[in-house]
Amino acid sequence: MKKKMVSVLLTGAVLTSMLTGCGGQEEKAPAQQTQEEVQPKEEASKESIDISATETSEETVEITYANFNASGGNEETLDKMYAAFQEEYPNITVNIETIGYDDYFTQMQTRVAGGTAPDCYELNIENFAAYANKGVLAELTGIDVSGYNATALSAFQVDGKQYGVPGNFSNVVLIYNKDLFDQAGVSYPDDTWTWDEAMEACEKISALGDDIYGIYQPITFNEFFKVAAQYGGGVLNADKTEFTINSPENVQAAQMMISKIVDTNVQPTESQMGGMGDWDLFESGRLGMIPTGIWAFGAFTDACEFNWDICVEPGGTQKATHFFSNALVVNADSAKKEAAAAWINWLASSDAAAKMRIEAGWDLPAISDETVLVGYLEITPPENRQAVFDSLDHLAVAPIIEDYSLMADIITDKLSRAASGELTVEEALNQAQEECSAQIKL
Amino acid sequence: MEMGVRVKNIKKRKLTIQAVPFMLPSVLGMVIFSFLPIVISILISLTDWNGLDKLNAQTLKECMVGFSNYIAILKSSEFWNVLWHTVYYIILYIPLVLVMSLFIASILNRNMKGIGIFRILYYIPVLTSWVAASLIWKWVLSPQYGVINQLLGYIGITGPNWLTDKVWAMPAIVLASVWKDMGFYGLFLLSGLKAIDIGYYEASRVDGAGKVRQFFSITLPLLTPSLFFCIIMALINAFQLFPQVQIMTEGGPNGATQVMVERIYTYGFKYFKMGYAAAYSWILFVIIFALTLVQMKLQKRWVYYES
Amino acid sequence: MNHNEKKKIWQEMGSYLTAVFIGVIVMIPFLWMLSTSFKSKGALMQIPVQWIPKEPSLDAYRTVFSRFPLLRAIGNSFLITGSYTVVTILSASMAAFAITKIKFPWAESIFKLYLASMMIPTQVTLIPLFVIMNKLGLINTYPSVILPSLFRAFAVFMLVQQMRSIPNDFMEAARIDGAGIFRIYGRVIMPLTRSAIATLTVTTFMESWNDYLWPLLMLSDKNKMTLTLALNSLNGQYGTEYNLLMAGSLISMVPIIIIYACAQRYFKSGLMSGGVKG
Repeated sequence: MKKKMVSVLLTGAVLTSMLTGCGGQEEKAPAQQTQEEVQPKEEASKESIDISATETSEETVEITYANFNASGGNEETLDKMYAAFQEEYPNITVNIETIGYDDYFTQMQTRVAGGTAPDCYELNIENFAAYANKGVLAELTGIDVSGYNATALSAFQVDGKQYGVPGNFSNVVLIYNKDLFDQAGVSYPDDTWTWDEAMEACEKISALGDDIYGIYQPITFNEFFKVAAQYGGGVLNADKTEFTINSPENVQAAQMMISKIVDTNVQPTESQMGGMGDWDLFESGRLGMIPTGIWAFGAFTDACEFNWDICVEPGGTQKATHFFSNALVVNADSAKKEAAAAWINWLASSDAAAKMRIEAGWDLPAISDETVLVGYLEITPPENRQAVFDSLDHLAVAPIIEDYSLMADIITDKLSRAASGELTVEEALNQAQEECSAQIKL
Repeated sequence: MEMGVRVKNIKKRKLTIQAVPFMLPSVLGMVIFSFLPIVISILISLTDWNGLDKLNAQTLKECMVGFSNYIAILKSSEFWNVLWHTVYYIILYIPLVLVMSLFIASILNRNMKGIGIFRILYYIPVLTSWVAASLIWKWVLSPQYGVINQLLGYIGITGPNWLTDKVWAMPAIVLASVWKDMGFYGLFLLSGLKAIDIGYYEASRVDGAGKVRQFFSITLPLLTPSLFFCIIMALINAFQLFPQVQIMTEGGPNGATQVMVERIYTYGFKYFKMGYAAAYSWILFVIIFALTLVQMKLQKRWVYYES
Repeated sequence: MNHNEKKKIWQEMGSYLTAVFIGVIVMIPFLWMLSTSFKSKGALMQIPVQWIPKEPSLDAYRTVFSRFPLLRAIGNSFLITGSYTVVTILSASMAAFAITKIKFPWAESIFKLYLASMMIPTQVTLIPLFVIMNKLGLINTYPSVILPSLFRAFAVFMLVQQMRSIPNDFMEAARIDGAGIFRIYGRVIMPLTRSAIATLTVTTFMESWNDYLWPLLMLSDKNKMTLTLALNSLNGQYGTEYNLLMAGSLISMVPIIIIYACAQRYFKSGLMSGGVKG
């Protein structure tokens, strides 16, 4: 017994000595560290990033850029863009790292915390919210933002400061199966539709057969904040100091989303889906309508053996549509912020990059100049491609807060409980309101 | 008496000196690549570090919060649900995977022609990535088109909605995991079987023992060290169940398959509460460690070491 | 005699049937991977599953081969995985030998510490380990992905269990013959654990070959990219091209299967008949 005690004590002693050893080593430098660390943060907030200076300077700068957007098939296009960039900025060398989406954020967080983040990189909206609020991104000042789509640009502002530029752009439209509409004898949807007309059409289409459904709209936070906007609601109050998840408008919105599953069943329940994805269901010709991203066009063109087209998504009391955009950001600790900002700004908004992006069928650039986008309109199907741009007039911006992912998960969880009949819509939203308020400081 | 102690000490010292060159690489590796990170993770568990600010002594000191993470976790109902889900998984998984892998190992241990091919076949699930494996399992478990429910249909049973049913989601994950892991443990048990001295069987055959008696009086006792290894490893791995849940259900339906490491990952890398995630890990550690110690104590009763 | 022979044949038939039955269950996903890898884009994820592609094509393989410097990646993978496996086997077998056969003071405590180290999820030690690697200046070097193999608790644990079942008589006999401790390790204990070491080689090779997150963090230089890293850049934000993914996975499974097939001949009985006791 005694022996065991001794060995335990010894292990303890080794432990503590290691600890202090390691602590000591790291503590040696606190003075240095604070200098090193505080300074860049101040720089980040005060220093403006002036690109015009970089353009004329002769010095060559080497920066690293990490992204996931090019993975899965667009690496060559990105390389081409870089070649074009180098002609304009021969003094900036960019090391491009293209990383698969699945573990991109785990590795990026580790590198940021480890102090070796790349000079500039790409973030999706959920992670952008956290990174920007925790001060690891540099504020982008002094760059020309006039060419960007204003809504997309505003999505990456926190407290009025621009922390990222929209690197790409995709929005959501209503895609519908023309053949099913014909069979059901319903006229095709158009821009004037509200959910009332859509529900009528849904019921007629569902009546066509046991395994045919009117619509599929995922029960998620993403979908919810948009539909809420269509009914004039929102999950936060105007100055983002309070949650308003269970407001009457939101209840109305959620009611619309849920009742078409649990009441009218024009949207399949999870078990009716039988493990199939929503796109698969549409592709197999069993779904009348699906509000989904324009990145589905390629897959649907390949897979659908029926006619389909698109239009602006139906609204509630007003229209609101989704868009997805990734932020291109600059590392607050980077020593080469100007060069990094020059690269991401060029990549996101230059005409040359925009044209290449469209030619490659990658996704859209988040720019306001629609003449560059003409090429995009000429590809069919869908015939009514103009609806992609018409939808831009109603963009709803995601409610960016520091704990975005936590909020999104709580709300999605409660809504799916309502969809499975476990909770009523009111209960679900009340619980979500309660839990979000308790767990998240705004 | 004193002489005895001195001789003993000398012997001990001699043994230690002998052991040093053998232990050096592994201990060195442990200290740098395992021990230090683990110690740092204890410190992290005492902070509200967000996992994004640069990790150093300064940062950790600034966000020290004492034991409040631990208290918050133990007080939350989520933790107890998650713990129950994990335990539920283990109760179903460990017996099933052990029986199946023992079964596989004993088939593979037969001296049949072409058995080498089966050895490779049975290992293929282990080699398959979870991404591929879970896609196919989603199909196998599909309520309408899946193989399992079709088979159940033949004998007049309406199969459940597996992955989207609160009650059946976890058993479904257990099935997929057993399928994937049985080859892994089967291989270890096979190497245990191969290590059994054939002389024992010959001797017992002379004594007139049948196959069944041979299995229980020779094979099983001599296999206990390998079985012990498999149980401990299965326990440690089962508590750390993660990729299959992440890909197949993402913790759903309605949180029914949320498990420890899935939560740890979510808190650390999705909600940016790394301190909370680290505290979660240490609570997990205490649980697994306690169970392992109990196993170690109990092994004296059932594990048979020849030396 | 005749009866016995008949019984034997039936038994053998039974064994084969069971073996084939399990084999089929186990192979289904593999066949599905194979079939998916020959599909062209679209209709990849249909339910019910389309077993035989309507229009089989080699496009997926062609794309995978053309998209990366595949040979370079395979070479890197072999270099890293090979070293990783050798280091693991050497370091772990030495430690297991010391723990079970030298039985120095603290052997048990160290062993328990080793076991305990497996119980902390890697998710929370990831960032600390990254910081340590950074401080050691190992980032973007091959050693950063090879050196962690020095300590693999799992391997030590497995070999300890195996070595514990080796009777001490063998050691004593060798010692009486005048063998030193290194000789006993190399010539007596190692050969006796060879089936376990073969198993461990396969497992370690597989783990290291398939390891993704750590090499991703450590090796940002494209020239050092492993095969697994290359294949993982196939997944995109808006979904994955499964035919490419499956073709890639199948290509990357080939080396592991070869190693496994080679290790087969070591899955023989470790001990010769009638060696001890019995």
